Amino acid sequence: MQERIQTTQVDAGIAKADVRGAAKEVSMKVLFAVAAALFVLAVLTICLYLLADAVPTIGKIGFVKFFTDERWLIRSERFGIGSLVVGTALSTAGALLVGVPVGLMTATFMSFYCPKWLYRAIKPLTNILAGIPSIVYGFFGLTVIVPLSREMFGGGGMNLFTTSLVLGIMILPTVISISENSLRAVPKSFYEGALALGATKERAIFRTVFPAASSGVLTAIILGMGRAIGETAAITLICGNIDNIPASLAEPFITLASAIASGMGYASTTNLERPALIAVAAVLLIIILLITTVVMLLKKKKY
Amino acid sequence: MARELILKEGEVDARGIVAINRQSWRDKLRAYRNRPFSFAVFLFVCLGALLSAAAVIWVLGYTFYRGLVFIDPVSGAAKFNLTADLFAWRWTLDNHSMMPALINTLVIALLSLLIAGVIGVFAAIFMVEYAKSTNVFVKIVRIAAETLSGIPSVVFGIFGMIFFVGLFGWGYSLLSGILTMTLMIMPLIMRTTEEALRAVPDSFREGSYALGAGKLRTIFVIILPAAIPGILSGIILGLGRVVGETMALVFTAGSPMNAKTASGLMESGSTLTVYLYNLTNESNEFANVAWAVAVVLIVLVLIINGVAEWVGNKLKKEY
Repeated sequence: MQERIQTTQVDAGIAKADVRGAAKEVSMKVLFAVAAALFVLAVLTICLYLLADAVPTIGKIGFVKFFTDERWLIRSERFGIGSLVVGTALSTAGALLVGVPVGLMTATFMSFYCPKWLYRAIKPLTNILAGIPSIVYGFFGLTVIVPLSREMFGGGGMNLFTTSLVLGIMILPTVISISENSLRAVPKSFYEGALALGATKERAIFRTVFPAASSGVLTAIILGMGRAIGETAAITLICGNIDNIPASLAEPFITLASAIASGMGYASTTNLERPALIAVAAVLLIIILLITTVVMLLKKKKY
Repeated sequence: MARELILKEGEVDARGIVAINRQSWRDKLRAYRNRPFSFAVFLFVCLGALLSAAAVIWVLGYTFYRGLVFIDPVSGAAKFNLTADLFAWRWTLDNHSMMPALINTLVIALLSLLIAGVIGVFAAIFMVEYAKSTNVFVKIVRIAAETLSGIPSVVFGIFGMIFFVGLFGWGYSLLSGILTMTLMIMPLIMRTTEEALRAVPDSFREGSYALGAGKLRTIFVIILPAAIPGILSGIILGLGRVVGETMALVFTAGSPMNAKTASGLMESGSTLTVYLYNLTNESNEFANVAWAVAVVLIVLVLIINGVAEWVGNKLKKEY
């Protein structure tokens, strides 16, 4: 009799603990889910608030005028982002022209040619390049490359050449690390098979391994492109910030991001000046969203 | 285990010999003679690697040179640049101390890491331990995280300016900056934590369940401790991101010229990067200060990244 009472008491105790435990389990699960949901909420809020601010502004400026006008003169209220878009495209193209060949060759060197001791020295170097804050690149560009470019091309030195060079260096680590990873992800047998069929090392790498790693390499290039488009702190210091569509490497220009950074400091909130800058940020966001979508579509091939 | 290898007469100790063809440099060059195009490509590859290395050395070398050596603009005399004046507690017009900016940087970094750390780790726990990978919600969260990590910092800055500074009425304040930075580094922490959690073998989970532990206890007592090196190195990488960030903070935490330590979270304050940004807009006379700030920034980020890598490697347990 005594024993039975004890067991029922214990059972009841366990059941009670179970209920409390289960409640804790469920509530924590909900908490974890909420944390995950915050990511979705954050993205939606960012898109929503920027677009909600931007759309009426663009409406006021005039849709066609906003996107096609070449003049970006905040003070005299001419808000055309034509030169901004062209400037962004040109500086990005310049950065890719500088950064992609060098980056891909470096990645190839690191994954196929580099002796181990040298790899241990080079790999941290590329990580260092990735860690340098962009404002430092900008300052370096301003004090070192701008005078250099002034000597080479004349003019102010803040031009497409300077920006392309600095941006090219800035996207190097992105291009190098992602393409190196994707080159290494290609099974060794591809490379060995090509060698066994009599290809030279270079032929094996560039005709066999590279095509197999193409989606990764493309991702590397596109992510580098994304970084170049969104880069602000560095470009604002070295592009000149003049609403000019550059006809040569020696001319100053302006990008979407640098227009925001250079204009926001003194933009007035009472008229369209500040809303127009927010609209530019929204355009930038949409461009980056498109790029992110492309990256996600380029899913990694698995062997 | 260690059995002595006794070589009989005529036998060769083959342990040290790698059983593949080895070419000497001369052999390789001779092979290239018939294939000039391959040789050109080889040179091109080496050139690319050299250019990358040159870029790093150029940027780092020049920054360190100008940051450490003060060159008098008039007399050209050189002396050490990182004087104690630059690290005085209070900023004045004379000393241009970067200490207040450094303190602001650390405050913003630590608080945003705290918030982003909790959110990121919890979200990662949900993604790895609770949800099935085929779940639609998981896919949406993953897309959201990837999108968030691609958004440029200037857009975060503008969003923070509309949302935290304007809508919430917090003004240009450390708090606005902290929350904006939280949004920026959340995806990084979630991704690294997810990787760390996935690296914990399932036998740990099964063993814990078999001993009667619930899911929650398994996660907090068994899985998280095992995954802590990976999580920590992700958080430290996030720290590096915050320290190096400029544009998102200019529009949210403000960029007051007199770099003073913010007395509260509701006050604006320049971080090191913003201080440097301000200095670059000034005339040339502050160039030495700016270089000094640049060096301190780079050293800070290098130390942070080094620690992250060290934590990730040294504390990593092999299962």
